[in-house]
Amino acid sequence: MIAEFGAFLLALAFAATLLQVGLSTAARWRGSDALGGAAQGAATAAAVLLALAFAMLIQAFVASDFSVENVAANSHTDKPLFYKVTAAWGSHEGSMLLWCLTGALFSAAMAWTRGPEKTFRASALAVHGGLNALFLAFLAFTSSPFARLAEPPVEGASLNPLLQDPALAIHPPMLYLGYVGFSAVFALAVAALIEGRRAGEWARWMRPWVLASWALLTLGITLGSFWAYYELGWGGWWFWDPVENASFLPWLAGAALLHSVIVTQRRGALAAWTVFLAILSFSLSMLGAFLVRSGVLTSVHAFAVDPSRGVLLLAILGVSAGVAFSLFAFRAKLLVREDANFAPVSREGALVLNNLFLTVSVGVVLIGTLYPLMLEAVTGEAVSVGPPYYNLTFAPLLGLGLTALPVGAMLAWRRGRIAPALKELKWAGLAALGALVWAAAVLGLGEIGAWLGATLAVWLMAGALWEPWSRAARGADRAGRWRRLKATPVAVWAMTLAHLGLGVFLLGAVVETTAKAQTSDILMPGGRTQVAGVELTLDSVGVREGPNYLAEQAVITARRDGRIVCRVEPERRLFPHNGQMTTEVGLCFQGLDDLYVVLGERRDDGAGRGWTVRAHWNPLARLIFLGPLLMALGGILAIAAWFRRRG
Amino acid sequence: MSWLPKSPKARRRLILVAAIAPVLALAVALTLWGLRGQVVYFYSPSDLAARPPETGQPLRLGGLVEAGSVSRDAAGHILFGVTDGAAEVQVVYDGALPDLFREGQGVVVEGRLETSGRFRADQVLAKHDETYMPREVADALKKQGVWREGEAS
Repeated sequence: MIAEFGAFLLALAFAATLLQVGLSTAARWRGSDALGGAAQGAATAAAVLLALAFAMLIQAFVASDFSVENVAANSHTDKPLFYKVTAAWGSHEGSMLLWCLTGALFSAAMAWTRGPEKTFRASALAVHGGLNALFLAFLAFTSSPFARLAEPPVEGASLNPLLQDPALAIHPPMLYLGYVGFSAVFALAVAALIEGRRAGEWARWMRPWVLASWALLTLGITLGSFWAYYELGWGGWWFWDPVENASFLPWLAGAALLHSVIVTQRRGALAAWTVFLAILSFSLSMLGAFLVRSGVLTSVHAFAVDPSRGVLLLAILGVSAGVAFSLFAFRAKLLVREDANFAPVSREGALVLNNLFLTVSVGVVLIGTLYPLMLEAVTGEAVSVGPPYYNLTFAPLLGLGLTALPVGAMLAWRRGRIAPALKELKWAGLAALGALVWAAAVLGLGEIGAWLGATLAVWLMAGALWEPWSRAARGADRAGRWRRLKATPVAVWAMTLAHLGLGVFLLGAVVETTAKAQTSDILMPGGRTQVAGVELTLDSVGVREGPNYLAEQAVITARRDGRIVCRVEPERRLFPHNGQMTTEVGLCFQGLDDLYVVLGERRDDGAGRGWTVRAHWNPLARLIFLGPLLMALGGILAIAAWFRRRG
Repeated sequence: MSWLPKSPKARRRLILVAAIAPVLALAVALTLWGLRGQVVYFYSPSDLAARPPETGQPLRLGGLVEAGSVSRDAAGHILFGVTDGAAEVQVVYDGALPDLFREGQGVVVEGRLETSGRFRADQVLAKHDETYMPREVADALKKQGVWREGEAS
């Protein structure tokens, strides 16, 4: 019954979403408050119905109802409860339902947040409802998660073991909150075009949505990267793989947008550009969904796919982006304010520069990602574009943009001056110079790219931290400075935190990539190996029984100078229902460095007898994941500042 | 600077273009350069036999791991054959195999061809899902007629 009820709720939600579109359109047309209220109600109803439908799916998984196709394909009775629940979004169908639910929740939030006035809200709700309806139709008609099996199996096929992991359980919801959050931004942008509204108000309404989507996307990408780092057991965290790029593209466009929307809100300038970026961000989110779901690009993160679904996603992308960009072409000039001008050297000017570098980076990454498709269509040759391409193109562009960042953040609005800003940054410059010397000495003379990266990272961090301090100094003595520092607005701290996070990430990424060490040995219990001055002893290898797997578990003690620093227990897990092995890395945090130990297979051949033990020393690896967390926190703080200023 | 346009609006536009143009030019130049030199071509075993690339050039090889071909040599390197039904290439690899590496299943390896005709892999590409078949591998198998529809989607 549960599955039928779920499917029924899905149909009702589809009807409620159509109602939302119709009522909002009518409310906008007639200027009727009653119709507007009804539209708000419809949006809420759609969200509630989808939440119930999602609950039904989770219930089907918890109850292991194998007569439901999706449950039979992705669950098993002996799976721990937590992974029964998370399996609900572990498959294509379930994750599309999660996408629709997120969209409906955002629609409801847009319907009830104070802010946009009535006509604007009605337009935005109509557009967002339209998007939701497209995705719901896709879900209900091509990939229903509630489809029944005529002959239910006695036992399910169980969830892919790689997905039975806490980080990957929350990675998709975070990512989707980010992707779908951009659909709300898109709806507000299209509403601005429909209404032909000059810059100002709508930029202010759009801003918290942009910040929230971008911050959640940051968290989602970071979780996925961290998962790849410790679950796949190769020690890598970013591979410039098409599936990774698919999430990185909207992130870059969103980062550009969250800067340009500030200019539009404060100074009324860049209105058309902001709307363009808003449409672009969501179009890239949909492109990401298409690339991931269609399997047109070979990826190390790909799951089995059904190409026919990809075509429909591409159609949704084509329709919504096509309509939005055509609207943009005809009506963008209505948004522009003739009086909104600014000097090239000013905060606004710096943000334009930021946008220039970020959007050019979007272009470069997009071309790299889609090039294999284009080439194959033209010449039939199959190629892949990997890290060398991105190191050559993305890294220098990013480097140039980041060099300018601390200076730009120091410039005043309207009219700034470069010389005083540079003077203010002398300590940051000195710190960066120190980093250059340190990097050359520690990382080795040959690693010029790494020196520059480390220098840039310290320049960013020092510049970010110096900014509030120098701001507090304006027209104050020494005692007054601390008082003024404490009174620094939250919005400034948000910026500081986000830029600091970027520097932290960059430092970690550069140092980890350049200075990591690795060793691989075949050890019998009692055997020893060494990595980066840490001695590892394989104490024992035993068998451990998990809830739905058998694990071969090694106990390895790490010592430095004879003192025990930590003990790790890496595992190889065999999931008998899938016949699949997974690797559980033994991770040991050494300050900001990671000791990363992988247990390999048992060997008895020419190379030796015993277990393969791979150990990595990843210096400053912690910063790679800490940096993005700080950036996301900066985004969240900026939302808090936004609400505080309004309240 | 008398050669600059008089109207402030036109001046701003000029400055904007002057800022954007070099960055765009740089990006285009880097992209073209990167796409010329840094892409990795995909070969099936038949392609390798038909038009062998220069030895030492990085490339990707994809096909099925031949059943019963996985072994180790005296030095402990992993040896296996990659086939597309028509041709077969011997691959040698020294490193950790991904968890989902199996005989009889699709695989993509990155590395280079040695003068001996053997393929030295630097990396065996992982996948997250047992039934996932990289598209190039599927196409290569279809070309040789080994692909059975519905075997793996």
